[in-house]
Amino acid sequence: MSVADEWTAAKDGAAPVAEKVDLLVLGAGPAGMAAATEARAHGMSVLVLDENAAPGGQVHRAVEARLPAKDDQDKDGAKLAAAFRASGAQYRPGATLWAVEPEGKVFWSEAGAARSVRAERLILCAGATERPLPIPGWTLPGVMSVGAAQIALKTSGLVPEGAVWLAGQGPLLWLYAVQALAKGGRIAGIVDLSPPGGLRRAQPHLLRALKAPEYLWRGLVWQRQVKRAVQVIPARDLRAEGEGRLARILVDGVAHPADLLLLHDGVVPNTQVTRAIAGLTHGWDPVQRCWRPGLDLWGNTAVPGVMVAGDSGGIGGARAAALSGRIAALEAGRALGRITTDERDGRAGPLRLLRDRQLAPRLFLDAMFPPLPEAAIPDETVLCRCEEVTAGRVRQAVALGCLGANQTKAFTRAGMGPCQGRICGPAVHGVIAAARGVQGGEVDPFRTRFPTKPLTLGELAALAG
Amino acid sequence: MKKALVIGGGLHGLSTALHLARTPGWQVTLLERRHVGRHSSGVNAGGVRRLGRALPEIALSVIAAEMWQNITALVGDDCGFRATGQVKVAESTADMAKNEARVAQVRALGWSHEEVVDQVEVRRLLPAVSRHVVGAIVTRDDGSADPMRTVMAFRRAAEQAGVTIVEGVAVTGLEATAEGTIRVDTDQGPYEAERVANCAGAWAPDLAALTGETIPCGTKASMMIVTERLPPFVDPTVGATARALSFKQTAAGTVVIGGGHQGRNDKAAETSTVLFGSLAHAARIAAEIFPCVAQARIVRSWTGTEARPPDDMPVIGESRTLPGLFHSFGFSGHGFQLSPAAGAAVAELMARGATNLPVAPFTQDRFTVPA
Repeated sequence: MSVADEWTAAKDGAAPVAEKVDLLVLGAGPAGMAAATEARAHGMSVLVLDENAAPGGQVHRAVEARLPAKDDQDKDGAKLAAAFRASGAQYRPGATLWAVEPEGKVFWSEAGAARSVRAERLILCAGATERPLPIPGWTLPGVMSVGAAQIALKTSGLVPEGAVWLAGQGPLLWLYAVQALAKGGRIAGIVDLSPPGGLRRAQPHLLRALKAPEYLWRGLVWQRQVKRAVQVIPARDLRAEGEGRLARILVDGVAHPADLLLLHDGVVPNTQVTRAIAGLTHGWDPVQRCWRPGLDLWGNTAVPGVMVAGDSGGIGGARAAALSGRIAALEAGRALGRITTDERDGRAGPLRLLRDRQLAPRLFLDAMFPPLPEAAIPDETVLCRCEEVTAGRVRQAVALGCLGANQTKAFTRAGMGPCQGRICGPAVHGVIAAARGVQGGEVDPFRTRFPTKPLTLGELAALAG
Repeated sequence: MKKALVIGGGLHGLSTALHLARTPGWQVTLLERRHVGRHSSGVNAGGVRRLGRALPEIALSVIAAEMWQNITALVGDDCGFRATGQVKVAESTADMAKNEARVAQVRALGWSHEEVVDQVEVRRLLPAVSRHVVGAIVTRDDGSADPMRTVMAFRRAAEQAGVTIVEGVAVTGLEATAEGTIRVDTDQGPYEAERVANCAGAWAPDLAALTGETIPCGTKASMMIVTERLPPFVDPTVGATARALSFKQTAAGTVVIGGGHQGRNDKAAETSTVLFGSLAHAARIAAEIFPCVAQARIVRSWTGTEARPPDDMPVIGESRTLPGLFHSFGFSGHGFQLSPAAGAAVAELMARGATNLPVAPFTQDRFTVPA
């Protein structure tokens, strides 16, 4: 029995893990599933770690529970998941990666036990993460993110009840409204915080975006559907208020009763792991105001053997993610000597054309939905929820000569709590840049440190053998 | 005014610059390649410890301890210093015998800060300690401080004393001039001074090498863990006799665990990396001595780069190849407590060529094989 057979045969969490593997894939979203499937087709031994209970990632979350698939998105996801299940890749659900060491040693935890493996190559497909939208009162129970509500909708079919408000900007806000309404949910209203002039900003990119017109068409349909059913209030200032939990929102000073407020300000690449790897460089995206790892056409980072595919390398959506997963796997196959350079190029050519088409609307969308300005966040707003650090305190630290996000930690403890800046990082970074009057790229990003996800001392101690 | 340059914006460089700037007649500039406190100064465990010092270090450490007790008078901030004691636990009767011999040796030299205590007293001091601990050595008025806050306080005090701090400047060469001064070349032009201090930490031996002086020195990358906040359960900083551990709970409630378990340095890239296979030993020792932390979540781990001579003791003394250049580096992971006193000693050496502070054991001559 080959190593791969042994793995596939094992069904439960106690399955043995080999000491070495050709390719480790982090994440079983579209990029991870496609990368693993492609890599198995070229004979690599593949280990896939994913935090969730089932494959799919965020976009195709719990897709296997909705078979037969009805809409295009579920059809894409079901196809990817079926191919992935049949690929012979060893798949570890419920596995949280927490460290990557030099020479490809990877550590993770599952079911409260820490494990490690040495991988010849890594493809990190950690997906996207929501940009936080800090407003006064956002730490009240009853305020959560649109992304979190979408998880509840997809995994448990939970639709919000009572006086539910959506607020912020970005495509996902509208998509969630469509999905929630379709499931019979009720929405009291949408507070549209996006700065006016979106179409004007995006117009120069329209021609290119029309290479994949279905994205724009879908977006228009979503907005029309939602606007027919729900009141949309354009606004600049939003506050959440209540005694111990959310009771009302103030929209430009006008109070509305609220039981649930869902916030959204777009998504950014999840760089929590890549930023913790020494020598892995990142570049600043001035339009979407976020960091993304520096990648070549194939997904190689500045660190040999470490690759990135999917939205964690730059937001491109599910279809582009799956294509970049396959392209990265082909490059991994070349690097490991499983296919020749010619074979890689031959197979990757059509995939790259398809990916270019999928990415065509991105400049348009990015310009249409820029993140909300951090300068407008009121001083009293909590930025770092773990350590309860307000925007005002971060601005004070800047006035004292604290020029970077990492120095802010020493001054204010912002980003030092259990989440280690996973939630507040972009907001703290943006507030510092705005307070200094410079581009975000001139402010060093929060340095992340392994373990990038909390594990207990006891779990780590067990590795001492 | 005479000019002095201090190379290195770690705690030892800042302390040296501060003391020299307070000496009448000196104008001090400090050059730092990255930013102040970038490496081990800003990220160490903050131990303010005489307990367990190598014998040649005790005299300087005792003077430093007195300075820590009045640290506000020195730098205008308490640096988060808390004299909550240091305790080194014995986990066996063999450990106890070792402890008693050690304390007898220290006391024979005339020092009284180390004290052997029995199981009853160690349980009183550390109610959460594992039941297998049989006794300890205690230094009751040792303690700990906040490293980054200390760096910032020394920085502010130095600037108030007139030190010019220049960040983002890398030294590329050192040489004597015809006028008897030292020229320091940097990537942003030359500086000139009558006295220069080499406080460049792990990179200090490279500066010495630029002047043709070879000082044997390796590096350390001691790893640390910090947990989530826990309810208060331990006041003193805790070590162990036979195992590598440094364990303390901060005022914020987080638990900081170290002990000298080594990660990996990349001196050229100025980075260091945590190695979890090795860090796991620190976690294990901590969880065995304080079982209550086994379920605590680790939120972060890190390392800092530090110089380490072969005997784990610092190098303090004038260059043998470039008169006017004074070395102060190689504190091997236990220089935080020494910094107020070592800086005073080096400033005196620079200003008047001699000091009454006990730094004679640390000259680099100790590495020279007698002919």
